[in-house]
Parts: sequence; structure tokens; C-alpha cells
Amino acid sequence: MEALAQFFAIYGSLINFIGINAILALSLYLTLAAGQLSMGSAAFAGIGGYTAGILTMKLGVPFLPAVAAGSVVAGIAGLLIGLPVLRLTGVFLAIATLSFGEVVRIAVLNVDITGGAQGLVGIPNHTKTWGIYLALMVVGYGIARLRYSRIGWCFESIREDETAAKAMGIDTTYYKILAFVLGAMLAGFAGALYAHLNYLITPREFGFSVAVDLLIYNIVGGTRAWYGPVFGAILLTALPEILRGTGITAGPMRMATNGLILLAVILFLPNGLVSIFRRTGTKREKSPLAASEEA
Amino acid sequence: MLLQVKDVTRAFGGVKALDGVSLAVAEGKVHGLIGPNGAGKTTLINVLSGIIAPSSGEVFFRDRPVHTLPAHQLAALGFARTFQNIRLFPAMTCLDNVLAGQHLVAPRPYFPRLFCLPSARQEEKELRRQAMACLVRVGIEFKAHFQARALSYGERRRLEIARALASRPSLLLLDEPVAGMRRKEVQEVGDLIRSLAAEGMTVLLIEHNMSFVMGLCSTITVLNFGRTLITGTPDQVSHHPEVMEAYLGVREHHA
Repeated sequence: MEALAQFFAIYGSLINFIGINAILALSLYLTLAAGQLSMGSAAFAGIGGYTAGILTMKLGVPFLPAVAAGSVVAGIAGLLIGLPVLRLTGVFLAIATLSFGEVVRIAVLNVDITGGAQGLVGIPNHTKTWGIYLALMVVGYGIARLRYSRIGWCFESIREDETAAKAMGIDTTYYKILAFVLGAMLAGFAGALYAHLNYLITPREFGFSVAVDLLIYNIVGGTRAWYGPVFGAILLTALPEILRGTGITAGPMRMATNGLILLAVILFLPNGLVSIFRRTGTKREKSPLAASEEA
Repeated sequence: MLLQVKDVTRAFGGVKALDGVSLAVAEGKVHGLIGPNGAGKTTLINVLSGIIAPSSGEVFFRDRPVHTLPAHQLAALGFARTFQNIRLFPAMTCLDNVLAGQHLVAPRPYFPRLFCLPSARQEEKELRRQAMACLVRVGIEFKAHFQARALSYGERRRLEIARALASRPSLLLLDEPVAGMRRKEVQEVGDLIRSLAAEGMTVLLIEHNMSFVMGLCSTITVLNFGRTLITGTPDQVSHHPEVMEAYLGVREHHA
């Protein structure tokens, strides 16, 4: 028990970050699941974080309603930006959402209520580790159950072939925006949890490099199953600490190592870490239901 | 008439891919659409299924104007189609392709699934049974758990038909359903289409395989340079001088 308490005292904040990053990675996964390459998750997390932080700190709103508000405001921002930009596909969508992220970052830098470059300082410290992991479990379960539901089939069909999905009767515009808004809400939720973790948030924490990191979590973990991004987030968030033990410190070396791991995964595991656990060859594992129907 | 096409034109820049096409498709019949390459057959199917909009003209489905509807609303009315260049969901298994194709007939609500209610399990089981039946119908049930990308060319075409059938359409638009198939497969797909029509489904198909079209369709429309040359029975069409000219070229007269 003593050892556990000591471990937590040293690595408590890392464990918190892992949980938050996993939820953030899942927010991007939701959008990727419908085939939309969005780089806006970090900005939506920022919108959620600042909204919730301002509400609890300056207006005295209780923690949970503030988190809900952060999530909803991020969702509304997602809807407003999603309606025009989801006409774009592929890298063009990525560029548009990335620009949106920069707009948000620069706006936050120049507005008084957000504290500018110094950030929002003195946010009450409400987020608990158990809260983060409870949220992660609920979110993970909710996303896992999407598969085989109406929404899940629509997302997957659109990702595989949008024209065929349309011809099959799927309102692709509606489901693309749904994926985008759900992703934005989840990012806002994670951002709101993050804001109440360390007393302060700054614009830099929701900038370009975070947007790229979230994408890397998804690529390294794999986007063929909901737990892929979670694995990616755990591995890549814990990696600097693991490397510290081996003598490689943070800074440029950390980014170089991240890059090398990304390269290795793309080369050897194109479907991400999940392909170790889940065979994606010609014959996939059968669900018990499918097996019973074969006879 | 189930489907009526009136004076439909579609221009791409200066090129008129369709130039005032009119035709009528009778319910429960197999209607063929033939013509040389570039005649506008695929463009017509794309316009009918709502993938592209007509520049002018009207389309009526059960006497209701449908040319302004987007593809997903047409599908909800009972349209289903396959594509000339095959658009499957390559990373999904065959069974999953058909399960996805059930979109219009399967409610699959989220919350019963979230709470693992028995109703969700029952629905899932029934939908899988129906999807399997679609695969059996096109004859590729033995590939049910293979990824679509692992199929042969002919099997892919058949899977695409199975996915279209999953939505229980009343009008099936097939863009070259037997292209690249072996003779035996062609025959099997012909039998399948015949049995679908016997059940009351209407089929409009594009095909270059003449013996297939002539043996299967009760009515054939010939397109040439975006215009309707003739609509008639296979016999009328095959003896039409302009059709022979369009297919075989103009005989050069030597003095």
C-alpha cells in the first residue's frame, strides 16, 4: 500500500494525462470513424476547457454543469464549423480544420477573459483521477457499442465509400456532421476535465502540436477498433517517462522517438497496434452470432 | 409505368452526355439499356439514382417527380444500384457489406444496444439471417466472412448485387452486372435477375454482352451520342438499321 501511494505521488499527473489524452484520442476517433480527417480536436478541447474554466473560476458554476457546458459549447462550435467545412474531403478538410484551430488559438491569445498568453490561472482543482478513468470507461463503452448500431454502420459505410453509402440510402451529410459534432463534444468534455486538473491552462496546450499528437495516437493505436486510440494515447503519453528511465530525456529526442515509432508502426503495422490483437487478414474472427448462422 | 424519363439532358461543360433522353420502364420487367461506349448509359443511371443532377428534363417514379431528390432519398423510395467500377466496402467482410446495405430496412437503434437488451440481440440475429439469405441468393455465401477486397472480380459484382438487394428495392439499376464474368457466372446472374423480376422487382440494366441482354430483357432502349435511338423488343432492336449502324459502323460504298 505504501509503495502504491508512493508510485502515485510520483506518477499521479502522468496517469491523469494518459486518461485525458485517451479521451481526446477517442474524440478524434469518432470523427475518423466516419472517414473525416479532422485536425480540430485540440481546438475543440480548448473551447471546452476555457468555457468550463471561466464558468467555475469567474462565475462560480459547480464543476459538473461547467464540464457539461464546455462540452456543449464545443459541440455548437463543431456544428458551426462543420456545416461549411465538411463539403471538403481528405487533406483539404484537414487543412481547413487546422486553420480553424489556429483561429481559436490566436483568438484565445488576444481576448481578455481567457487571460491571453499567460493563460487562465487559478481554476479550481476538481478533476480526480477516478473521475477521468470513470469517464474514459463510459466513453469507451459507449463508442464500442456504436458498432452494429445504425450510426455505427453509417459511419463505417461513409468511411469505406461515400458514394456507395449515398446510393444505399445513407444521408451522408447528416452523419458526417453528426460524427464531427460528437467528436467536438467529446473533445470539449476532455478539455473541461483537463482545465480543472492543474490550476491553469494556456493557449499552447491546445495548439498545432497537440492536434498532430492526437492524430498520431490514432495512427499508432489503429482506427479499426475503438481501443486502438486508447492504446496509442497510453503508449505515447507514457513513452517519455519510460525513455527517461533509459536515459533519453524530453525535448527534441522525445519528438524524434515519437517520429521513429510512428514510422515503424506505419511500416510494419499499417492498421496500428490493434492489428496485433485483431487479425485483419482475409478471414476475420467470427462473432458467436455469425458462427451460429453459418450452419 | 414505374419509371418515366422525360427529355433528360445532362451536360458536362460543352459535352452533352445526355441530350433529351426519354424512356419508360414497366413494373416487374427487365429493361435493357445498350449503346456504344460514350453513349451516355452510365450517366443516365447516375442521373436516375441521384448521384448527379440532370441539367434539364424530368424523371417520374410512380408518377411522382423525383429528379430533384438526392441519392439517399431516392434509395428510400426503393431505388438500389450497382456501379460499373464496383463500389464495395473493401475492408468489411461480405456479410458486413450486406448488413450495411440493410440501412433502409433495419432500425438498429443505439440505446437497446448500449444496454445490451435482448431486443437488440434478436434484431441482430434476424438481420444476419436475412443478410446471409442475400448472399445465398447471389451464390457467394461461402465467402461470407472474407473481406470484400479478397474476392474475385465476378464475386465482387455479385456481392454488390447482394448489397443492393438487402434494402429490398422495387427498382434495381445494374451497371454492367456481368462484365468480366465467366460464361457460367453470366448464366447464373441471368437466372438471378429473371427470378427477381418474377417476384415483381423492376430491373434496368446496362450491359455490353448482347446475348445476355437479348435473352433477358423484355424491352431494350438503345442510346447513341446521348440520344434515344429506339426502344423496343429485342427483336425490333436487333433489326433496326440505325442500331446496326451504331454498332457496326456505316458501310462504305465503293463505286
